[in-house]
Amino acid sequence: MAMPVSGVPTETPATQVPELGSARALGRIGRAVRLSRKATIGAVLLAIFILIALFPGVIAHDSPTQDAYAPQLGISTAHLLGTNHYGQDLFAQLVYGTRNVLIIAFVVGLATTTIAVLIGVAAAYLGGLADSSLNVVTDVLLVIPLFPLLIVIAAYAHGGTTLVLIAAITVTSWSYTARQLRSQALTLRNRDFLEAARVRGERPLYIILVELIPTMTSLLVAAFLTNALYAVLFASSLQFIGLGDPNTVSWGTTLYWAENNAALQTGEPLWAIAPGFLIATLGAAFALLNYAFDEIGNPALRPVRKVRKKKGNEERAG
Amino acid sequence: MRYALRRLGFFVVTLWIALTLNFLLPRLMPGNPALAMLSKFHGELSPKAVNALEILFGVNTKESLLSQYFGYLHQILTGNFGTSLSQYPAPVSSVIGSAIWWTLGLVGIATFLAFVLGTGLGIVSAWRRGSKLDSVVPPTFVIVSAIPYFWIAMVLVLIFGLTLHWFPSQGGYYVTTDTPGLNFTFFQDVLNHAFLPAVSLLIATIGTWILTMRNTMITTLAEDYVRMARAKGLPNRRIMLDYAARNAILPNLTGFAMSLGFVVSGAILIEYVFNYPGVGFMLLQAVSSEDYPLMQGLFLLITVAVLFAILVADVLTALLDPRTRTAS
Repeated sequence: MAMPVSGVPTETPATQVPELGSARALGRIGRAVRLSRKATIGAVLLAIFILIALFPGVIAHDSPTQDAYAPQLGISTAHLLGTNHYGQDLFAQLVYGTRNVLIIAFVVGLATTTIAVLIGVAAAYLGGLADSSLNVVTDVLLVIPLFPLLIVIAAYAHGGTTLVLIAAITVTSWSYTARQLRSQALTLRNRDFLEAARVRGERPLYIILVELIPTMTSLLVAAFLTNALYAVLFASSLQFIGLGDPNTVSWGTTLYWAENNAALQTGEPLWAIAPGFLIATLGAAFALLNYAFDEIGNPALRPVRKVRKKKGNEERAG
Repeated sequence: MRYALRRLGFFVVTLWIALTLNFLLPRLMPGNPALAMLSKFHGELSPKAVNALEILFGVNTKESLLSQYFGYLHQILTGNFGTSLSQYPAPVSSVIGSAIWWTLGLVGIATFLAFVLGTGLGIVSAWRRGSKLDSVVPPTFVIVSAIPYFWIAMVLVLIFGLTLHWFPSQGGYYVTTDTPGLNFTFFQDVLNHAFLPAVSLLIATIGTWILTMRNTMITTLAEDYVRMARAKGLPNRRIMLDYAARNAILPNLTGFAMSLGFVVSGAILIEYVFNYPGVGFMLLQAVSSEDYPLMQGLFLLITVAVLFAILVADVLTALLDPRTRTAS
């Protein structure tokens, strides 16, 4: 899987087409990211995390897993966050742990969004029986509490490797996006440009891929961000409560070992607080970007500029 | 009425699918995990308990999958969730019964407070659009909503429990010095212990209410009837509450139902950090001790609770909003 190295996480949807509409939409998104302060902060944070995940060895010089040092060393220049109960360098562990979280975030984000596109758009476009049956599945998954379900799945799988976590989260959490995309596709279904394509005699697959999906680019990016955020939270939580693979180097696993050794209660608070802080920061990066996209998609939510006194005049698409 | 019936139908279908998932999951997993569990506990169980568990998990039977399924449905619908293995020979239902009130109290109060405070803040934030409050509150809670629930809990434990010693940070009451009963000291003790978990849950969930309320309210504020109310010269307070907020609160009610699953999930992790004796903590204990009957029972209970709350919210929305009743 390819991670974008550039600062702007303009993840193109899985069915990217070099169409004019799509390219223009991506350009618009890039500009919006530069203009909105929230989005800029989110993009910069995400870029930093991606760089760390790509080149952990450049930043941390210690092994993330070796019990190489005296246990419970304090903060020093040699050990920026000290060492834990086992004598592992905490800073190195967190730096190397970035990759696991980001892989989960990006893979789950892409996979759930793809599934949601397939199911949501197919349901809307096909209509009839296919639509209603896909709808029932979507609605049911939407209301079953996901985290308890994930706990049960992971428990039966006897602890999840990263692959199991990715699969479990993907299979269970595409429904919200599918719902959104379906209603979006429904509003577009009878528009003229699609009618024109049908009259031209294009096949349904072509119409969906080339005509319909590029119009939903900003919605897809927002969906990707939301799904990536939930993947981070779900996966870290599962790893934290010991349902991940305890040998994986990741923030959630670090939390698990910290909790197992009662790090908070035995005077090693950094061991538990630092990985949680990183999860929160990565989550915030996704959430800020997403919030900015909400504002792009819904002009009414954009911050009001300058003139405030003129009440009742809300339509300044600014 | 037809709307309510349709929602009830959806409730039943979803419940049935959750039951079926519960039935299929252990059977689909490579090397039926229940088999290992049963052999681990073998000598300690009565033959009758073993038999009930075999029906629940489909071990050692030569029955077809379909007749297993009906046997399972019959057992569940007659309220027999099997025997807890980690607390043998207590039946699962009574083990769960001991934990459920803790969670209901904690999650119930925290969710109610979050809803009231969050909706209120959302109203004010939308009304004073562009004010200092409005420029600080929404972005803050966008960030807070991305923080894992358990981390908020950990930070509160560290600051108010272990450093300042203001509140106890473990358990539901002082197990060693206090005995449960209907007296003032016990009541106070429980409140003291519930404070930090409740605040964690409150901080974690309040953002959703603020943001949904604010965003819908902004849309309603642009409506003509609000302009009309202004033109009539009604007092601001009345426009804000009776005209704008009253019409904007519906999505928050639906959202309330939708996000309940997340609240319950978050409560599991918060209970875990605080060792709070509710169903979430019990679920994780059941997982780590491979007590699959208890785990399944808890999953079903949580699912039913969430589905039921959604049903209530749906019916409530229908009562409050005539449009949902007429729309197909």
